[in-house]
Amino acid sequence: MKINAERLEFREINESIRAAGKKATLVGCCGQRFICAGMADVSVTIEGVPGNALGAYLNGATVTVMGNAQDAVGDTMNGGAIIVHGNIGDAAGYAMRGGRIFVKGNAGYRAGIHMKAYKEKVPVMVIGGCAGSFLGEYQAGGVIVVLGLRCGDGKIVSNFPCTGMHGGKMILRSDCRDVTFPNQVSARPASADDMSEIKGYVSEYCRLFGEDEAAVLDSPFTVITPDSSNPYKQLYVAN
Amino acid sequence: MEREGKIRIPSGCAIAAVISREGDRMTGESIVSAMKPMHDRSNGLGGGFAGYGIYPEYKDFYALHMFFDCRDTRKKCEAFLKEYFEIVKSEIIPTRNIPQITDKPLIWRYFVAPLKSVLADKQLDEKEFVARTVMKINTETDGAYVFSSGKNMGTFKAVGFPEDVGVFYRLDEYEGYSWTAHGRYPTNTPGWWGGAHPFTLLDYSVVHNGEISSYDANRRFIEMFGYKCTLQTDTEVITYILDYLIRRKGLTLTEAANVIAAPFWSTIENKSDEYEKRKLKYLRTVFPSLLITGPFSIVLGFDGGLMALNDRLKLRSMVVGEKEDKVFIASEEAAIRVMEPYAENIWSPSGGEPVIVEVKEGKF
Repeated sequence: MKINAERLEFREINESIRAAGKKATLVGCCGQRFICAGMADVSVTIEGVPGNALGAYLNGATVTVMGNAQDAVGDTMNGGAIIVHGNIGDAAGYAMRGGRIFVKGNAGYRAGIHMKAYKEKVPVMVIGGCAGSFLGEYQAGGVIVVLGLRCGDGKIVSNFPCTGMHGGKMILRSDCRDVTFPNQVSARPASADDMSEIKGYVSEYCRLFGEDEAAVLDSPFTVITPDSSNPYKQLYVAN
Repeated sequence: MEREGKIRIPSGCAIAAVISREGDRMTGESIVSAMKPMHDRSNGLGGGFAGYGIYPEYKDFYALHMFFDCRDTRKKCEAFLKEYFEIVKSEIIPTRNIPQITDKPLIWRYFVAPLKSVLADKQLDEKEFVARTVMKINTETDGAYVFSSGKNMGTFKAVGFPEDVGVFYRLDEYEGYSWTAHGRYPTNTPGWWGGAHPFTLLDYSVVHNGEISSYDANRRFIEMFGYKCTLQTDTEVITYILDYLIRRKGLTLTEAANVIAAPFWSTIENKSDEYEKRKLKYLRTVFPSLLITGPFSIVLGFDGGLMALNDRLKLRSMVVGEKEDKVFIASEEAAIRVMEPYAENIWSPSGGEPVIVEVKEGKF
């Protein structure tokens, strides 16, 4: 069912999606927040620019954005998938604890901040382009993958990645020679075991966005995990 | 009502801006619409706009926009102004009465030039004298407040949602080469007309989303140079800091940005360009008290241009887009799409990275 969002505020949009059943297409979206918040059993395609906190608390639904998304995509999401065919703003996947976020382009600051995992709940965020500063800040669990495609001269990740990281895993498609990591994480080249895991994320990304899988995989990958023998100390104050 | 210092109010805010590099003049309608999708970022306690290039017929005169609490205050203030200024025009700023905007003060504007004899006597340049007069009125005249004091520009602000404030001030009837806008969600101070953004001094205007944590350190420093922070509002101190650094100290916009959103020492240390490294160290060392910490995204309007800047940790959002000669800046991409559905090169500047857009030489 097609829903014209042009004159609707966010409550009305979410009510219309719930009324639509299993599948809905939202057109003319312009900044309405909380779209699909908490939704479980629906597949929604969005044209236009959805507002902040798209798919907050998402609980199993699939949300596809044909262009860019704003800040806090998938805030505290629990399950499901958010697929963005453009770029995303700051703090994507804030405290997400399940489900998957795939972004074709770039992410802003603090992607994956405080991502966490518990038992079978392991959230995954794949960023096709480059990521802003503080990637994976306070990451406690889950997997963050950055592919660095179409970054041009830019770095795959900007300043201060993994600040306060104490759990989970980050995978960067780079040898990371120009990336400075904090002392409490360790970075290593991907092993054969890592590569079989990475292949899964990459092939899903390539299937969604029509990228050449072999070409994407033909690159060094670096895996970053917290170093439990050297736990996190604060960035700003030395105590 | 209770004013600043008597009450603390627990934010969000919305900012937007547009500029034509060719100096083409746009009505205020588009910037007012840009605020609509960001409605929820404000709470109705303040909205405002600044337009540049809106008074071409009086471009050589300072446009003083003023609030008065009553007729007596206005008379008293006008008598004061007449002693020091030639007033070429004084009028009520036209407004539309709409139910969304209530309790309006008396709102006037004066196009003035300081008397040459006064400037000679005080041995001050024109801008400094106007700045001091604004400070004097705002601190010493109860019930009077100058909320705009630049040439060929003006700010318009009120208590209400920004989209209503724009209608109230009839911004569709003005044309400017650049506009900035703000929707307020006050965090610490009560919402009253003077406390809405933009905050201005001379042709500088600032709209700000955030809440800086260095307010008092910044205030103590800037007040040593004759600035008086009357509103306990962080945006006011940002405005004065920028006036001090750019007009009085002669820093470039980028240098001023490097002072208020200075890079971390570790970031400076990693710079490969030795000259840049030395310069950044110098600026941090000379102006440590003007480092602004805590979240902010601001747009500074000035004669002939705009500068957008985020705090160095980028704790607030900011998006920039372009279309032909126009550049759009906003807290959210949605606001840019309202102004220009086909905006291109949408990107988010990094923390501490100033985005400076100027109108071409001779076009404003």
